[in-house]
Amino acid sequence: MNKESNLYTFLFAIIMVLIVGTALALTSEVLQPMKKQNAADKKMIDILSAIGLNVSRSEAKTQFEKYIKEQTVINSSGQMVDGSAFDIDVLFQHRDKTLSPEAKKYPFFTAIKDNQTYYIVPMAGNGLWGPVWGFVALEDDYQTIYGAAFDHKAETPGLGAEINTDFFELPFKGKKIRNNDGQFVSIEVKKGGAEEGNMSQVDGITGGTITSDGVSEMLFNTLKIYDDYFLNLNNITDSTLVI
Amino acid sequence: MKSFFNKQHQKLIADPLGDQNPITIQVLGICSALAITTQLENALVMTLAVIFVMTSASSIISILRNHVPNRIRIIVQLLVVASLVALVDQILKAFLPDASEQLSVFIGLIITNCIIMGRLEAFAMGNKVWESFLDALGNAFGYGWILVAVAFVRELFGSGKLLGYEIPGFNYLYELGYMNNNLMILPPMALVVVGVIIWIQRARNNDLIEEN
Repeated sequence: MNKESNLYTFLFAIIMVLIVGTALALTSEVLQPMKKQNAADKKMIDILSAIGLNVSRSEAKTQFEKYIKEQTVINSSGQMVDGSAFDIDVLFQHRDKTLSPEAKKYPFFTAIKDNQTYYIVPMAGNGLWGPVWGFVALEDDYQTIYGAAFDHKAETPGLGAEINTDFFELPFKGKKIRNNDGQFVSIEVKKGGAEEGNMSQVDGITGGTITSDGVSEMLFNTLKIYDDYFLNLNNITDSTLVI
Repeated sequence: MKSFFNKQHQKLIADPLGDQNPITIQVLGICSALAITTQLENALVMTLAVIFVMTSASSIISILRNHVPNRIRIIVQLLVVASLVALVDQILKAFLPDASEQLSVFIGLIITNCIIMGRLEAFAMGNKVWESFLDALGNAFGYGWILVAVAFVRELFGSGKLLGYEIPGFNYLYELGYMNNNLMILPPMALVVVGVIIWIQRARNNDLIEEN
């Protein structure tokens, strides 16, 4: 057959694509369970890092089962709904523009460490170049932050990318998402540094203002939903106590 | 005279390491040399990935070279490279998830590494399998050693670590007032380090200097 004829060219292309496509599909299928496991391990590591635990990949599952006692899913109006909290990908939900805020699901994890209960809230938002996400752990007063762990996809190295380092994350500890009057204020990542004595601000990153603002916005939008839920929860327990 | 590894074969391996180096002489593959050389580990994984992709792609293209229709040869080359890269990406995700996370998009970008397509088009399309394999191996190593050298300098002076481990003596230096140079971690410094390597190379070999 003439090598330069149209028929040969088409046949060659078709056969080539078929072979390559089959080979890749097979590999992907064979490796699927391992990739899923890796992604799940990574998520467990991230969740545990919010309560100050550094675990390796190999012990992620056992440590996760040891500390995480309960998984809950709520909707945007703060009601508990069915579903597996671990399987909800908040980043995926965040980027899905067709999903209205009301349709989103909000998972959280109840952890018990040293006999203290913590509520770990996953969140996602926008940085400068791409998404940012994180996990924030609240103490059992539902307003004091016990720990925070952030990460990002493509923030500027040395500037916005620093949100996943200790110097940014540690100051969150002990901050309160409600002010003295009990009003929800979230935590503000403040450009130019947190005001002296302000319990709801942390230092922003110089040169990383848009990333810092993105984190602020993410904290506000997410924690608000959970704050409503926890507030209702408190009221219900209070009224039961009265009865 | 037919030999399994003759003078000409040695040249195929040796030239890209020095006087025909893809990065410092031909200035190909610069993009990834800038992007992933902040840490030695990433540079090593990237080098291994490129060695695998290049040698396999060159061998496959060389086997097919007499059957590939001329009009779609670039597309066929791209298809082979792209599928090999997809394969590497899958394998890293499954077996080396941490490295895969660090390299993220750069694995996918191996496809656009000019060295690979360059060697396929310039060498593998016209040479036998064994020669093409050696040529790819030589060029991949030529690319790799520059990557590792640049990453060594950048991680050492940028983060004060090597392969993620602290350097024991650095504690004393810090007490003396030494600081890690954050500029080293930013892409421009990769260009400067590559520039210094090119400078040294040309200073040692006058043949490389163009006449004006």
